[in-house]
Amino acid sequence: MQIQVVRKILEDNEETAKRLRDTFRDNSTLVLNLMSSPGAGKTSLLEATLGVLQRSFHTAVIEGDINTTRDAERIAATGAQTLQINTDGACHLDSSMVLQALEHLDLSRLDLLFIENVGNLVCPAAFELGEDLTVTLLSVPEGDDKPEKYPAMFAKSHALVLNKTDLLPYLSFDVERAQKAARAVNKDLEFFSVSATQGEGLENWTQWLGDRVRDKKKTD
Amino acid sequence: MHEMSVAQSLIHIIQSEMDKNAVTSLQTVKVKAGRINAIVPEALETAFHTLTQGTTMQGARLELETVPLELECGSCGTRFISATEDPLFLHSECPQCGWELGHRVVKGRELFIEYIEAD
Ligand SMILES: Nc1nc2c(ncn2[C@@H]2O[C@H](COP(=O)(O)OP(=O)(O)O)[C@@H](O)[C@H]2O)c(=O)[nH]1
Ligand SMILES: [Mg+2]
Ligand SMILES: [Zn+2]
Repeated sequence: MQIQVVRKILEDNEETAKRLRDTFRDNSTLVLNLMSSPGAGKTSLLEATLGVLQRSFHTAVIEGDINTTRDAERIAATGAQTLQINTDGACHLDSSMVLQALEHLDLSRLDLLFIENVGNLVCPAAFELGEDLTVTLLSVPEGDDKPEKYPAMFAKSHALVLNKTDLLPYLSFDVERAQKAARAVNKDLEFFSVSATQGEGLENWTQWLGDRVRDKKKTD
Repeated sequence: MHEMSVAQSLIHIIQSEMDKNAVTSLQTVKVKAGRINAIVPEALETAFHTLTQGTTMQGARLELETVPLELECGSCGTRFISATEDPLFLHSECPQCGWELGHRVVKGRELFIEYIEAD
């Protein structure tokens, strides 16, 4: 017999994400889901960002990037509380993994929580983690056509951070083209250019992020 | 490959529907996937068949219908189906006015099970 089902396939993930969102709201913790291709510089951006924001906010990082085992150590070196998630080879984090990680964090003390997602531009886009800000990092060596090739990722992001701008003089990367393509699928997208390792452009980024943390405190 | 997680969730839902309806053998599952989910049909099929080996779902047919992307022009509001098959699909040219930017996705985000056939 035919049984009409009509259920969303990722309903479990969405329900858990909703629970997470409520928990984050109750604790006034701003949560950022950071996504990119492998090696675009997520960990480097977090190190640099934490260096600045740690002075003003209680911050923690959930580290889900499986590419290097040293990521958690690098983050921990900044003094931020760091949790490594074992993704078991998955290509993305899902909300149940984050929920589990929360058991080890005291959210009531946290102003800002970063989640470094698995390095991949396709899969993480389909899995909400209950975050306030979805941020996609793109690095100069990847090429200016990335937003055209992975529109789903850029369509759901709040901000696009272009990293490794120190390499712009050596590579043919058209910043305007990348920005235009990303805004084509998402006209409200915030755009930042930084060099995580050289420190260029970090101020605009950390300023914006700090403002979002303060906004979240106010609305709760 | 997020097809593996999608297949896992799919199987989880099928099982709960089979239990609810007191059926034990699955013949078909019909899935609708919007274009924006970037599901590779072969990858989903392989994941589904691998994960159902040795279960009551073994040998069931997975019917996947890809829902094309329907956009609303960011300039003139005309609704059109994105013609491009390549990954540039979100900024297809509007057939009415030629505009390429800021289209709204009307259809193509969905990802759900429509029905199952089971006894
Ligand atoms: N030239 C340059 N290299 C960078 C920059 N940011 C990161 N990298 C390098 O890119 C590589 C990958 O960085 P990592 O932060 O581990 O990337 P992740 O895999 O996204 O976490 C490392 O060798 C970094 O030193 C940057 O702004 N400029
Ligand atoms: Mg990393
Ligand atoms: Zn138009």
